Amino acid sequence: MLELKNVSFIVPGDSGGKKEIVKDVSLVVEDGKLVVITGPNGGGKSTLAKLIMGVEKPTSGRIFFNGEDITDLSVTDRAKKGVSFAFQQPVKFKGLKVIDLLRIASGKHLSVGDACVYLSSVGLCARDYIDRELNSSLSGGELKRIEIAEILSRSTKLSIFDEPEAGIDLWSFNNLIKVFEDMRRNVRDGSIIIISHQERILNVADEIVVIGGGRVERKGSKEEILPTLLGSASVSNFCTGAGNKEGV
Amino acid sequence: MKFDEIQLRLLDEIASLHEVPEGAYNIRSDSQAIGRRSTEHIVITPKKDVSGIDIEILPGTKNESVHIPVVLTKSGLKEVVYNDFYVGEGADVLIVAGCGIDNCGAADSEHDGVHRFFLKKGAKVRYVEKHYGSGSGKGKRILNPVTEAYLDEGAEMTMEMVQIKGVDDTERKTVASLKAGAKLVVRERLMTHDKQNAISTYEVVLDGEDSSADVVSRSVARDDSFQKFDAKIVGNAPCYGHTECDSIIMDRGRILAVPGLQANHVDAALMHEAAIGKIAGEQLVKLMTLGLTAEEAEEQIINGFLR
Ligand SMILES: Nc1ncnc2c1ncn2[C@@H]1O[C@H](COP(=O)(O)OP(=O)(O)OP(=O)(O)O)[C@@H](O)[C@H]1O
Ligand SMILES: [Mg+2]
Repeated sequence: MLELKNVSFIVPGDSGGKKEIVKDVSLVVEDGKLVVITGPNGGGKSTLAKLIMGVEKPTSGRIFFNGEDITDLSVTDRAKKGVSFAFQQPVKFKGLKVIDLLRIASGKHLSVGDACVYLSSVGLCARDYIDRELNSSLSGGELKRIEIAEILSRSTKLSIFDEPEAGIDLWSFNNLIKVFEDMRRNVRDGSIIIISHQERILNVADEIVVIGGGRVERKGSKEEILPTLLGSASVSNFCTGAGNKEGV
Repeated sequence: MKFDEIQLRLLDEIASLHEVPEGAYNIRSDSQAIGRRSTEHIVITPKKDVSGIDIEILPGTKNESVHIPVVLTKSGLKEVVYNDFYVGEGADVLIVAGCGIDNCGAADSEHDGVHRFFLKKGAKVRYVEKHYGSGSGKGKRILNPVTEAYLDEGAEMTMEMVQIKGVDDTERKTVASLKAGAKLVVRERLMTHDKQNAISTYEVVLDGEDSSADVVSRSVARDDSFQKFDAKIVGNAPCYGHTECDSIIMDRGRILAVPGLQANHVDAALMHEAAIGKIAGEQLVKLMTLGLTAEEAEEQIINGFLR
């Protein structure tokens, strides 16, 4: 279980002021739950994910994971305790190959066969990719899928995906949803957070959290929140926009 | 021929050799040839006037290899060795060179290898050279290789040159000239550490129509080390030339990249790229989110980069 208590992230702003990127966010993600975080661009969703992973440190508030206060733990320690994070913009490496990243992610010397299973489940013809370098020769959508495969290979208690659908073509989209559903089944008591603008991903959520202006605007069960989102003009705007966000 | 422990370790580092290699070879240890074999198509003969060998590869020789590793295990040795390769028309061979120095003593050990390659029409060579130093002595391990390559029409040469550890001072000089349709590919991998110095200078002259050169160096300078990469390509005909220096600096490392392009023909297309910087923070963070410590992440990134 993940719990955020009054988490804020404030940076120095222009002209000596303060910029509040995440403000007083309190949130619980129960074991076994799939929570989708949505909300307008620039609302603070990715920043919240980075705070959970430890990539950024909150300026105030505490973060608990399975009852333990992890606020002061490093990224590495959190990763070892079972937090995974698929970046919105996958990082490229010169020289490191797809198989290298899968081996690092899984923490073991994966056989090519095992690595291929993860790649296949994100819809990549595995043998074509296993030896590719993770550099700009891969397309935005390919990098995104490899990023997801890495998280699959970790199968940790908490997995966070930041806009996993961005750049993924329509055909693969259904498979992607299946990947998340399988993950829920396979990781016992594991919970998943997906940051997304896509209605079809919102549809598989147990809970939906709407983040705007750095705050939790609304949260609740899918049944409660989804109708309120689809009714509002701003949401339909960013839903239609999401398909074009390759490599953002 | 029997190798002692140090020889074996050095041979493994520079040529992945655990025993006498297949095909032609000349193994040199502490200024002595300790083993030599010619084959039907590859003839090795010692030079008379200076130390070194002539390697003659007969025309049409295919899928054969020559190993010419050099090891130095005694402190204070200094040698200059001249090796000339005559590669016959249409031959296609692998040449594995390399030098390993183990210096446990107080005096400097130095090996300066001068390698000349004469490739006849349509000959193809893949040349692999690894440099490695070890030993805890105060004496330096110094390597100053000179490589000259003369490519006849349609000849192709790929050079993979690697120096990852332990060489204190190195000044590498590579010159090449290419006739019509000839092709040169250079892949240099270099890591310097502690107070090491490495200078690498290239001068490639593209004389013939449709000749091409692609010289790429990837390097890492850590601790207090210094590197200079000075790559010059001269285009005298319609040709294509590309040099690239891609470097990571760490600690107090320093790198100087000197691009040099000279086009003497309107259809010479020459390009230079250089990028120097520290490891990207996001790369470290990414690997840490997969459970690596910062140090482990750094090591993975560098190993991949220099692969
Ligand atoms: N370290 C930082 N310093 C200053 N500003 C920051 C920092 N990190 C994020 N921001 C700003 O905070 C805001 C929220 O960014 P964030 O990436 O969290 O938004 P998001 O909700 O993920 O948006 P999107 O839907 O476009 O991905 C943006 O305006 C961003 O520029
Ligand atoms: Mg975002």
